[in-house]
Amino acid sequence: MSHSSWVALSFFFAFIGSTLALTYWAAKRTRTAKEFYAAGRSITGFQNGLALAGDYMSAASFLGIAGLVATKGYDGLIYSVGFLVGWPICMFLIAEPLRNLGKFTFADVVAYRLNPRPIRTAAASGAILTVLIYLTAQMVGAGKLVVLLFGELHLQYLHAVIGVGILMMVYVLFGGMKATTWVQIIKAVLLIGGATVLVLMIFWHFDFSPNALFGKVSEEMMKPGKKSPFDRISLGLALMFGTAGLPHILMRFYTVPDAKEARKSVFYATGWIGYFYILTFTIGFGAAVVVGPDAIKSAGGTNMAAPLLAQALGGNAFFGFLSAVAFATILAVVAGLALAGASALSHDLYVGVLKKGVATEREQVLVARVGTIALGVLAVFLGIIFQNQNVAYLVGLAFAVAASANFPALLLSVVWRNFTTAGAVASTGVGLVLSIGLIILGPDVWGPVIAVAPKGQPPTPPIFPLENPAIVSIPAAFIAGIVVSLLTPDPVAQAKFEDEKLRSYAGIGAD
Amino acid sequence: MSDAPRGNLRLLEDPEFKDLARRKNRISLQLTGVTLAVYYGFILLIAFKRDLFAAKISGNVTFGIVLGIGVIVTCWILTGIYVRWANHRYDAMVARLQAKAIHEP
Repeated sequence: MSHSSWVALSFFFAFIGSTLALTYWAAKRTRTAKEFYAAGRSITGFQNGLALAGDYMSAASFLGIAGLVATKGYDGLIYSVGFLVGWPICMFLIAEPLRNLGKFTFADVVAYRLNPRPIRTAAASGAILTVLIYLTAQMVGAGKLVVLLFGELHLQYLHAVIGVGILMMVYVLFGGMKATTWVQIIKAVLLIGGATVLVLMIFWHFDFSPNALFGKVSEEMMKPGKKSPFDRISLGLALMFGTAGLPHILMRFYTVPDAKEARKSVFYATGWIGYFYILTFTIGFGAAVVVGPDAIKSAGGTNMAAPLLAQALGGNAFFGFLSAVAFATILAVVAGLALAGASALSHDLYVGVLKKGVATEREQVLVARVGTIALGVLAVFLGIIFQNQNVAYLVGLAFAVAASANFPALLLSVVWRNFTTAGAVASTGVGLVLSIGLIILGPDVWGPVIAVAPKGQPPTPPIFPLENPAIVSIPAAFIAGIVVSLLTPDPVAQAKFEDEKLRSYAGIGAD
Repeated sequence: MSDAPRGNLRLLEDPEFKDLARRKNRISLQLTGVTLAVYYGFILLIAFKRDLFAAKISGNVTFGIVLGIGVIVTCWILTGIYVRWANHRYDAMVARLQAKAIHEP
């Protein structure tokens, strides 16, 4: 076994050991539903900012964007920017009302003054679907990453997927939100620290002169690729509004004591995440120059850009460290996703819909744990079934669904007095069906997967021309919500809006 | 999820509450507008002015790199402006209203 594998394995086991110890500590403090879902609302704004960053920065974005920049140049940088711009939107429109109105899930906010059972059914469907797609992306990413990074240890795709599934279940089952939060904080510190060291090594290599680094990047790589403006705008919409509709991100706002801490946490999160994405594309350009696009492609795909650069500049030990960090990154994200999925299953569907809001603490936590096991098993299966899917495309799909099914209903319920139950269900339903339907009819799925042309024939043209459906599905979800609400006026919900306003703006009566 | 005590509904007519809601809406919409303008300005430049991105600004550092970092940093500064406003103004207004509210035991 080589030196790098030993280093990677020791960092890897150190991370697992310390996070399991943390889970043991958290388990003794996780008894009530509020402790399980929201860490007892004991997380500070600064801690939650780091945890949000840890929840959000996935291995797909770290390895994927660095790889995209290294092979395609500026097009990768566009993703770096796109993944950040949803955060200010989240701050200005969603964070404080979400914290003031809800308890554990974003469905709490939508259901606040509307008929809870249909709302929770619709909102939980949107949440669970978003979580499952994102979870599949992370599982597939984990499996592929382990094969690439630890291949010489004869670790297989299947081992990685099952291992990630088991660890994720252990963190969430025993430690709930408290353990998940600290796993995410540790991961954020490791990832941002590791990326910072790698960027310092790049600048060291170029005598701390950005001129020397960028002078070696070809002019064509500094330009965006030729793509239709509609494709660009559609992807931009999905990334921007998807961030404010991701259930595992929204759920984190309930871990802080009040709206003030919620708002502070977005400020810290935006700073960390923005800094991280600037590092990520710098690493990409560094890899393009030091390692070279051809060497990256031949080493097993674009995902290897950052690890190969680490090896070239920092030797095998640093390569091992960064590999372990990449794996820790996946664990932190899947734990957050599992918790968000479990809360939609138990808090929204079981307690809210089946039990009409009446359940004991014990029952709520028990059902949430059963939900976690169900999700963990499902995630492993999905990771195996979809192992040949492109990870970046699955992440794009999750953002499109979040932006179309979750975000419009959430925003309308907070700002619009005349929003009704039927309007909310219509908005979520239209967003869900259109975002998924148009992706199936689009160029990534229709020609290559469904209407596959016979050999020798030209590929079947897609029915929907854009890769990302957001430019159609987000406006459609808003229109459906508004039109259906106007057709089904609900005086009771309108009257309750006054009450909601007091709580949403001033936190009076907030949980 | 208990509703706010009915007695607090009188606060809706309080000029201080109306002022608070108006100010909060205004700054939220303004900052959202700036964010949208900055980001979609960036996207439209990418779509229609791709050659501009390789233009060298200082030494070998290109317009595209500076613009990309600029958009990210601007977003962060915008969240900072909001937090500063909220910590200084909004929280004080909220505290005055909460003092007037009847709290459930």
